[in-house]
Amino acid sequence: MRINCPVCGERDRREFYYKGAAVALERPAPDAGEAAWDEYVHLRENPAGETRELWYHESGCNGWLVVTRNTVSHEISGVELASEARS
Amino acid sequence: MRFSGLKVLKEGLTGNKGWKPHWRDPEPKSEYDIVIIGGGGHGLSTAYYLAAEHGLKNIAVLEKGYIGGGNVGRNTTIVRANYFLPGNSEFYSHSLKLWEGLEEELNYNVMHSQRGLINLFHSDGQRDAFARRGNAMINQGDDAILLDREGVRKHLPYLDFDNVRFPVFGGLLHPRGGTARHDAVAWGYARGADQRGVDLIQNCEVTGIDIDNGKVRGVQTSRGAIRAKKVAIVVAGRSGQVAAMAGMRLPIESHVLQAFVSEGLKPVIDHVVSFGMGHFYISQSDKGGLVFGGDLDMYASYAARGNLPLVEHVMEAGMTLMPMIGKAKVLRSWGGIMDMTPDGSPIIDKTDTEGLYLDCGWCYGGFKAVPGSGNCLAHLIATDRPHPAAAKLRLDRFRSGVGLMDEEGTGAQHNLH
Ligand SMILES: Cc1cc2nc3c(=O)[nH]c(=O)nc-3n(C[C@H](O)[C@H](O)[C@H](O)COP(=O)(O)OP(=O)(O)OC[C@H]3O[C@@H](n4cnc5c(N)ncnc54)[C@H](O)[C@@H]3O)c2cc1C
Ligand SMILES: [Zn+2]
Repeated sequence: MRINCPVCGERDRREFYYKGAAVALERPAPDAGEAAWDEYVHLRENPAGETRELWYHESGCNGWLVVTRNTVSHEISGVELASEARS
Repeated sequence: MRFSGLKVLKEGLTGNKGWKPHWRDPEPKSEYDIVIIGGGGHGLSTAYYLAAEHGLKNIAVLEKGYIGGGNVGRNTTIVRANYFLPGNSEFYSHSLKLWEGLEEELNYNVMHSQRGLINLFHSDGQRDAFARRGNAMINQGDDAILLDREGVRKHLPYLDFDNVRFPVFGGLLHPRGGTARHDAVAWGYARGADQRGVDLIQNCEVTGIDIDNGKVRGVQTSRGAIRAKKVAIVVAGRSGQVAAMAGMRLPIESHVLQAFVSEGLKPVIDHVVSFGMGHFYISQSDKGGLVFGGDLDMYASYAARGNLPLVEHVMEAGMTLMPMIGKAKVLRSWGGIMDMTPDGSPIIDKTDTEGLYLDCGWCYGGFKAVPGSGNCLAHLIATDRPHPAAAKLRLDRFRSGVGLMDEEGTGAQHNLH
């Protein structure tokens, strides 16, 4: 797998740390309640197919990326900076 | 048909023409009392114990592919009871005891071999942690022996003891740990369930779960609708998708785990050896192949095959620990889909839907759990009360934060196990 970092260009998967589903960008309010926090921390859609996830370019620009990737074919169809994906 | 030495001898002398298929290939009926989704190790053992221990009759196992085609036939076959935390500890202890009587119970040779498992350690801190784990195992009633460096040398003279990064300080020996023939476990339970009247229905994919007024009514499948009073989801890596058919989201992310086997060699590795610091473990099959693996690829995947960086990592770790295997040729590598929970521990529980049960979250360690999981899930389905050995494997521990079982102590979050 190779990931095309918007800052550094196409790099080997080994340069990146995988965090997981991009729900991590939607942190609930501290008082949102048990169910909201359970959703955020634990429950996952876990699709067989296209998914949006967070990767960290650890051995590169140190940027957090939102990667759109297929969990069956491992094909990557989109990469953007998390800061931009969020706004 | 019962297996015996005499029967094997007789068949051997008469051209092996008298063997019969081990189970029927029935058409699905329109209704069952209990439907088990998933014909892996756990689904088959659940059906077996429902029939054998609870005397229940009208049961079907629905398998989308063929019996034994999932993780139950893709794992590295390690069977052990060396867990530390309450919950896991009593559950795996229960499972290992069932393993020890399994061949007689099933009249089937599952080649369970208690050859001993050694977990290596490489620092004083790790020694303390393993001493503590060994005491927890002994308190649970299982066996553990703390070996010093010379003790390990007696068992595993071929290791590189003086590796600069990971010198071998000692190991925790679990003498009752070992391996079994994975396919045979699936086949043995399948045959046992079939003999007791369970319908094993292959090529039957569940595509929907029918729920009415908060109560399960049956399932939709590629071979038509099947009504059922009780339904259990026992689909390992596919748990997220099948649970979604019942409107549930699970604390599960599916990852790929790879494994490798070498050409057949003369006996050289007598135990199961685990090198945790290098993410590497190995044993030798009875055919002579070195069976080994390492860590997850560490990204969500349903591909049942991994990427090359991990292949390289596993080979490097193996060479670091036991340079003698360097000339062995790797025959095959493959991957399986792992149902990873945030704390790395499993779930056997009811769901919010009446009559719908869930057995999942086996991560990379569910082969050893096959007897225990089936035994405990059958108990839950038959009596609607958890089996004492599995009472802590609850689904709601994630929401409440109470009773999380994070064996590694890294935090109960996805991607840390
Ligand atoms: C490489 C590797 C090494 C491993 N090593 C070990 C080890 O050494 N020790 C250990 O204890 N564990 C090990 N494991 C883990 C162990 O194999 C699994 O935890 C365990 O097999 C999972 O339970 P199962 O046998 O029921 O799963 P499976 O055999 O995967 O059964 C699930 C079944 O459900 C079926 N299914 C899925 N969706 C549907 C549907 N919609 N309708 C009908 N059927 C469906 C699938 O086809 C499959 O047959 C390893 C796993 C892998 C991949
Ligand atoms: Zn970068």
